Amino acid sequence: MVINWFKYSSPASFYPLADRSIPWFMGTAIVLTVIGLYCSFFTTPDVLQDQKEYYRIIFIHVPAAWMSMWLYVVMAVWAGIGLVFNTRLSFMMATALAPTGAVFTFLALWTGSFWGRTSWGTWWDWDPRLTFELILLFLFIGYMALHAAIDDSRRADRASALLALVGVFCIPIIYYSVQCPDPNSLNCRALHQTSSLRSIESSILTSMMIMTLAYWMYSFAAVLMRLRSLILEREKGSEWVSELFGRMK
Amino acid sequence: MNSQGMLAVLQCMLTRDLLLAIRRLSDVLTTLFFFVIVVSLFPLGIGADMDTLRAIAPGVVWVAALLASMLALGRLFNEDFADGTLEQLILTPQPLALLVVSKVTAHWLVTGLPLVLIAPLLGLQYDLPADALWILVLSLLMGTPVLSLIGAIGAALTLGLRGGGVLISLLVLPLYVPVLIFGAGVVDAGISGLDTQAHFWLLSAFLVLALAFSPLATAAALRISIE
Repeated sequence: MVINWFKYSSPASFYPLADRSIPWFMGTAIVLTVIGLYCSFFTTPDVLQDQKEYYRIIFIHVPAAWMSMWLYVVMAVWAGIGLVFNTRLSFMMATALAPTGAVFTFLALWTGSFWGRTSWGTWWDWDPRLTFELILLFLFIGYMALHAAIDDSRRADRASALLALVGVFCIPIIYYSVQCPDPNSLNCRALHQTSSLRSIESSILTSMMIMTLAYWMYSFAAVLMRLRSLILEREKGSEWVSELFGRMK
Repeated sequence: MNSQGMLAVLQCMLTRDLLLAIRRLSDVLTTLFFFVIVVSLFPLGIGADMDTLRAIAPGVVWVAALLASMLALGRLFNEDFADGTLEQLILTPQPLALLVVSKVTAHWLVTGLPLVLIAPLLGLQYDLPADALWILVLSLLMGTPVLSLIGAIGAALTLGLRGGGVLISLLVLPLYVPVLIFGAGVVDAGISGLDTQAHFWLLSAFLVLALAFSPLATAAALRISIE
């Protein structure tokens, strides 16, 4: 069986696919969000270690942070694919991913600062993970700014793709910044500690995973919606677009 | 391309850029004076309490170096782009990354090295002890080339765009942050008497990585911007 990897790489063939799948992704996202929030509030214990009810912000904060890192990686991958194969749809996909990634990064920072205020006593702290999440927000915004500043769409695509690839170093830093060999040493004091996912209670873990899946489905829906608009904007002179909208009259 | 040929290319580009820079010495000096002025502004704004100044000195000097470096990036490629020389450089059979290395070296010699040399004077303004001054100079010596190398990527991506200097700062400052953290951190560690070796190793790692990869990224960015 020969797989044609480039079957959906033209905007004309991808557009109907995106069109059909958006309602499914959005519906799944809404259902999962409702289930996830229900689980977060009602099926999880009232206290986590020494934190009281306010620990529940973990169900918004951690999935948002995971999504922000994941979306950046996905954006960088599509940017790389675009640069290698010279497919304009890949560049459009990377451009569509950036705003959703920025939103999740902002959400992670915002909810994180509320959590910080209640459990650490401070709205902000310059520990490595927080600082580099902020840098990640700047990277997303830089991507969007560079893309918007260049008029020629081909040059804009390729320049911001290169920028996305250069910024990938940030993700391992965020991920590994909490793995301190000796948390008590002066060089390694950080408010975020090593990942405790393995030792966390299963109901909490399940809730977090449901919310993560909900956010992921939402990302698919939002990004595909944006991509749909981008395709129509870029390809508006072409025949398949006029046929599509001609039929709608 | 034998190694003698590569060195000849490097030397040729370096001489050309240095010669051009010497003919326009004002470009060089404005960056230097910007650095001096910014560093002098902080005590005027914060107040002249020497203990506070000693505490903020590494950060202030480093941030001013970052800003000066960033403002100087405009002269890296813009003039050559404007008169068409850059296009010719891209068309030469020499590897573009090699040409970029020599351009960035010339740029650093002209805008980064003066900052390193004047840093001890500015450290004295902030009442830094003598061994901290040495650490400051060494950290800037290792850090400013990285700033020039990373900045070159931003300069190449934003060639000829409107929005100019502000856009390049948005792109390049997030990438500068690790260098800033460890550059200012090593001076802080030196002042507190902690071990500075780890910071210096990391700074040298940044330098090596930047030297290895950023010319390639810059060359790719130049090709994207010119076509």
